[in-house]
Amino acid sequence: MSSEFVLETRNLVKEFKGFTAVDDVNLKIQKGHIHALIGPNGAGKTTVFNLLTKFLIPTRGQILFKGDDITAMKSAAIARKGIIRSFQISAVFPHMTALENVRVALQRFEGNSFHFWASEKTLNRLNDRAYQLLESVGLETFADTVTVELSYGRKRALELATTLAMEPELVLLDEPTQGMGHEDVDRVVELIRQAAVGRTVLMVEHNLSVVSKLCDRITVLTRGAILTEGDYAAVSQNPKVREAYMGTESAAVEGAH
Amino acid sequence: MTTSVYASPARKSVLEQKQRSERRKLMLYGAFFVIALIAPYVVYPVFLMKILCFALFAVAFNLLLGYVGLLSFGHAAFLATGGYTTGYLLSTYSGLTPELAILAGTSASTLLGLGFGLLAIRRQGIYFAMITLALAQLVFFFYVQSSFTGGEDGLHGIPRGKLLGVINLADNLAMYYFVLAVFVFGFAVVHRMVHSPYGHVLKAIKENEPRATSLGYNVDRYKLVAFVISAALAGLAGSVKTIVFQLASLNDAHWHMSGEVVLMTLVGGVGTLLGPVVGAAFVVSLEHQLAQSALGDWVNVILGVIFILCVLMFRAGIIGEFQKFYKKNFK
Repeated sequence: MSSEFVLETRNLVKEFKGFTAVDDVNLKIQKGHIHALIGPNGAGKTTVFNLLTKFLIPTRGQILFKGDDITAMKSAAIARKGIIRSFQISAVFPHMTALENVRVALQRFEGNSFHFWASEKTLNRLNDRAYQLLESVGLETFADTVTVELSYGRKRALELATTLAMEPELVLLDEPTQGMGHEDVDRVVELIRQAAVGRTVLMVEHNLSVVSKLCDRITVLTRGAILTEGDYAAVSQNPKVREAYMGTESAAVEGAH
Repeated sequence: MTTSVYASPARKSVLEQKQRSERRKLMLYGAFFVIALIAPYVVYPVFLMKILCFALFAVAFNLLLGYVGLLSFGHAAFLATGGYTTGYLLSTYSGLTPELAILAGTSASTLLGLGFGLLAIRRQGIYFAMITLALAQLVFFFYVQSSFTGGEDGLHGIPRGKLLGVINLADNLAMYYFVLAVFVFGFAVVHRMVHSPYGHVLKAIKENEPRATSLGYNVDRYKLVAFVISAALAGLAGSVKTIVFQLASLNDAHWHMSGEVVLMTLVGGVGTLLGPVVGAAFVVSLEHQLAQSALGDWVNVILGVIFILCVLMFRAGIIGEFQKFYKKNFK
């Protein structure tokens, strides 16, 4: 039963002092899906992400990855299991080149990460693979550019390349199109679609047009609890969702950003 | 297709440029080395040795601050532990050769560094600095109370001995070249670390720790390794310094010393390999000059002013500002 779900949470709760940020959340992410987590500001979406990757410790509840209980594992161990997350603010290594950003991810599989006595030239054997990954997100001409100098959209693309370098089974994307212009949004949507082939993606996203284009299933979160779940058509017609987003029942959800 | 882009002319020129700057860097190090070889014939060797010892201390400290982003405020403890261990052993066992005493001093600091590191490494920023300071103060008062350190008096007249039982270090020139060799070794260790696969992970951790974690790196362990090696090299500097001056005193364990190494590193340029060396030379020379002048009592005031100017106006330090200037005008 649980094996068809890559990720499952059971009665997940996170309480801060006098405030329940995540309230009894039962998520089921089906293998191969692009699953969106949406909801108004402060609904607890990012908190859920932080719980799943153990950047925060759950107060109660269980997290299962492919049927295994990973509730007690630490962040780095969860990443090594194959769950790689991104962050709301682009998570790059700003003073490393684009190539080095991807390479430092690939390096984890090499088993030489503690080799302080070895030459950095031993990393050059990863260059070809790193280069391929940059190419897959259209950044090959920026391989030797220091990352701070890249545009915001390209930083996000680089972040995706770095994430893919880990060959994750489950990718958690926290607002991948936040703060982007239209062109960049379309590019990133295309990149996520490519990246999702053979993988499962869980994404927090505000931009509903992105959600409608990409996602197989949507979970709506308000005030830390699940409001409803379903495909885009079902969720967008739900009056409760409209109310949560717009404050009134009548307003159209489509315009919400 | 990938390889064709990979070997593109643009990429090639980048690599060639990298090689050129690598060569220039080697030439610069070579020039420094030649100057260091000739220097004792021009300048008083003991003064030079003082600079080299503090330079090694600052290089060790900079490994943490500059390459991991951790501000340790307890590095005096490692300097002193190296010094006291070496000093005590050489004064007590007359047959002991200096290199073994140095090895023992360095090992003692390494172990202490492991202890400090295990306690402090989970904390960040000001908390990390405060824990290292507290632990170093603990060590300071331990040395005040202990009999083997000579308490307030310290250890005096420590014999320099014969290196490997052959080379008599009582001769200042011989001592100088030995100190130079130790310094070059320490500098080479840090240089290699920074430019190793491990160094790349360290850089990633320094640049964006949550991201490094989310890529599966257990960041605390990487930081701990850097902390222990930094402590070891600081201990090495303390051990050698004790032999040079034939003296181990509470000065080395005092928190002033932890502050002074911060100053040296910042003035020289944090996060650059040569910065702490230049910074140490600058601070030691300044102290030396001022001590001989009428301004002797004003040393700390003047150093304080320099520190403030450094933080306010040229944050990158001497080497850092020079690099910026070079990049702007010659590239």
